[in-house]
Amino acid sequence: MRKCSINDLNSVFEKISQSAVLYIPVDGENGADYKIWEKGVELSNALNTNKSPKNFFFPQSEDLVEFKTEGKDIEVIDIRDSKEDFVVFGVRACDVKSFEVLDRVFLSEPVDSYYADRREHGVIISMACSRPVETCFCQTFDIDATNPLGDIACWKTDDAVYFEAKTEKGQALMDKISDLTSESDDKAVEEQKTKTTEIMKRLPLADLKADKFGAGKTEEFFNDPAWAELSQSCLGCGTCTFVCPTCQCYDIKDYNTGKGVIRYRCWDSCMYSDFTRMAHGNSRNSQLERFRQRFMHKLVYYPENNEGLFSCVGCGRCLSKCPISMNIVKVMKTLGGKNNG
Amino acid sequence: MASREEALIPKVGVITDVRIDTPDVKTFRVVTPDGKKAFDHKPGQCAMLSIPGVGEAMFSITSSPTNTEFMEFSIKKCGCVTEWLHQAEVGQQITIRGPYGNPFPVDDEFRGKDLLFIAGGIGLAPLRSVINYCRHYRENYGKIDIVYGSRSKDDLVDYQEIIDEWTKDANVNVYLTIDNPQEGWDGHVGFVPNYVKELGFDLNKTAVICGPPIMIKFTLQGLVEMGYDKTQVYTTMELRMKCGVGKCGRCNIGSKYVCKDGPVFRCDELEELPDEY
Amino acid sequence: MQKITSEALINKACELLENKTVNRVLGWKVGEFAYDITPALFTDCDSLKSDFVFGDFCGANFSKYLVSETRKSDEKVLVFLKPCDTYSFNQLLTENRFNRENVYAIGIPCEGMADISKIKAAVGDGIVGLSSEGDKIIVDTLYDGKQEIDAKSVMAERCAVCKSKKCVAYDELMGEEGEIVDSNRFDEVEKLEKMTEDERYAFWQGELSRCIRCNACRDICPACTCENCVFDNPESSVQNKAISDSFEEKMFHIIRAFHVAGRCTDCGECSRVCPQNIPLHLLNRKFIKDINDFYGEYQAGAEVGNRAPLVDYTLEDLEPGEALERGAEN
Repeated sequence: MRKCSINDLNSVFEKISQSAVLYIPVDGENGADYKIWEKGVELSNALNTNKSPKNFFFPQSEDLVEFKTEGKDIEVIDIRDSKEDFVVFGVRACDVKSFEVLDRVFLSEPVDSYYADRREHGVIISMACSRPVETCFCQTFDIDATNPLGDIACWKTDDAVYFEAKTEKGQALMDKISDLTSESDDKAVEEQKTKTTEIMKRLPLADLKADKFGAGKTEEFFNDPAWAELSQSCLGCGTCTFVCPTCQCYDIKDYNTGKGVIRYRCWDSCMYSDFTRMAHGNSRNSQLERFRQRFMHKLVYYPENNEGLFSCVGCGRCLSKCPISMNIVKVMKTLGGKNNG
Repeated sequence: MASREEALIPKVGVITDVRIDTPDVKTFRVVTPDGKKAFDHKPGQCAMLSIPGVGEAMFSITSSPTNTEFMEFSIKKCGCVTEWLHQAEVGQQITIRGPYGNPFPVDDEFRGKDLLFIAGGIGLAPLRSVINYCRHYRENYGKIDIVYGSRSKDDLVDYQEIIDEWTKDANVNVYLTIDNPQEGWDGHVGFVPNYVKELGFDLNKTAVICGPPIMIKFTLQGLVEMGYDKTQVYTTMELRMKCGVGKCGRCNIGSKYVCKDGPVFRCDELEELPDEY
Repeated sequence: MQKITSEALINKACELLENKTVNRVLGWKVGEFAYDITPALFTDCDSLKSDFVFGDFCGANFSKYLVSETRKSDEKVLVFLKPCDTYSFNQLLTENRFNRENVYAIGIPCEGMADISKIKAAVGDGIVGLSSEGDKIIVDTLYDGKQEIDAKSVMAERCAVCKSKKCVAYDELMGEEGEIVDSNRFDEVEKLEKMTEDERYAFWQGELSRCIRCNACRDICPACTCENCVFDNPESSVQNKAISDSFEEKMFHIIRAFHVAGRCTDCGECSRVCPQNIPLHLLNRKFIKDINDFYGEYQAGAEVGNRAPLVDYTLEDLEPGEALERGAEN
């Protein structure tokens, strides 16, 4: 484990940004968001960013391919370019876990080369939590907020930042900042972990369990009458989907630039009425069905295809962002009984 | 990196023939610009066809894999992409990617079996591929029965091929029906599910159904009443698809993605899925 | 003014359910924390007693829910309307969006709702308890224990500039009748007007570039009641889920603002629900201010059946050229 003084953190940032674009969470008027680090940009202490970091690997909108047409002829132009290296600093344990959830979709055969390319070029420096809040429930999914994964894990105390490389990619970056860091014991880090773990136990959602959900539970939950009540005031907007670090549905659309056609993909939401609409009908006509799809996918269908891994990481964004304050915690408690989802 | 394979980037295809099948179905022959088949496929698999600026849609490959020269798609006019295709002329380029989905188990479960194909309307399109495949490797299969119905005689897809080729095959029985009586039609009149019951097939067959959802539902119900087990019956599904590779989430039902785990399903597998298709 | 209690509303709702005036109640349902209230439909007194709540976080405006709710049954639904909600209620009636006969509306007084993000900014993260005592809000936090804050200091922006404490539509009024108040709600708009064109462009660019096109503003908006929104309609050629260029993200909001102009009652729900905290209401409020300036004071939803200046013609109407000139000045 290596450390640097908190006062030297900006020097570390400067060093990193010499060889890669560095993104750090920065406070804005309305919460924190990732911004490119440059001199004068200060690291936010916020627990989480408004938008999840999935945007770095699966951007809201990205061009896939270009077509040029002339008469009856079409030319297909591969517009994939080599991405530049980048580093994302300060990713929380929940969000780091979300990359695994996304990897299992995008890196499974056939590999999505757009996503894979960004993953290859990105280095994740995570940041352990020390001040979890009431909307946090990563514990429900066995995520340790005090011990995040990533290429490099970080712990920030009042006076220092501690680094631990977790992957080869992380070690390579650590080597680059070795002048600015020194070898350290893990005493302060262990102290912080113990303290945070105690706080985690006192969180209002500390007892929420996901045991009742998972693979093979379709029959048990699909026809539960509670879906009607849970979904009754759902607006059918895409807020939960778009702030969610694990939601990965997308749409593919064409855009005529006047000089050619760009085929791009953009985030889509199973909550939207046109998600499953076809020329001759819709397989999910009601908001109840669409609402149910989102939660069944996170709690049952995804685990069924991924050795029991849930596609929720307990980051709590949907808890604070849903316009009607309906969310996965309320769904789990209603379907699975108080606390024991 | 630019050399890396990417499923979402299509190839160019050229329409080399357009056949008018019915008032709203046309069959398009597609090859690559250098005159080859775009890719190999198995019976029941699909391909994504697109017209840049109009959109992309999934179609079942109607021609048999045994055809090594080109692919055919029988396409009914309903929606942007199909409407555009219907006004396309020979020589028009489109884009194509695939093959997608699970094929019919023609080289496993179907081997040595008597086969019963039941289709309604445009539902013959995906079955034509497997029927012609089985006709090509005739010795690998038992008796072949084909029940096909449509609204009217004019709505029977591939009518000429059925009459000129299928009905002339030894050991292939073709039963055609139309919904309502029509001048110049002396064949059977009535809905497909009822006709199947009237014909009363013996129970040692493997059945394949494709057609409108309501037709599939009643035909399957009829077969079960006749004594068929759902493990003997296959069908192929259609849902909205975008990526074709099980990632975009659109065709997800339960833990299955129709584009990747389907479109061919055995009816007992379908039963385990939530009722959303 | 005496604040109305949850208990009073629950008793009233139970009474109306029992005497069969209504068969269901649209109300605010308790959440996991004190502030995450969900709009819900109650059908019996027991669930009202256990789950109904009215307090500092019941900002949700139920008017729009009446559009779908009244179609479900010919029996009356009970709805509680805060003064600002009654304006949306009237506007929807003006546009014939629901059948008045199918609703039993109770007007209730409102002293303003709290904004949880302001509370978090004031006391820090980790809120585990909230209660109201007079003008104070007591916040229990994970890290700093109990803290007392002035309710006014954490009031939602839209409530701090409240335009009316008067319920303009109801079958029955609970609590005291309020007054239309002198609001300084156009101050923020004036600030924008005073900016140079470039400054204003930069302001909106900064705000709207954060938009994630979740459609929450549209979906919550009581003035957005099209059965099939042009932005969802594949036949419309403008259907879109994400920006295809930096111009388009602004178009969505600008088109929406134009579409609700003259019909927007300034309820502020758009800004309340925006997950990216974009002050969308300022676009609508600019329209309201302009309509007031150009055509005389007009409040959408003040009365049922009012013809909005933009869909009405009078001889005194501003000439288009004059509007353009005055627009250019601002």
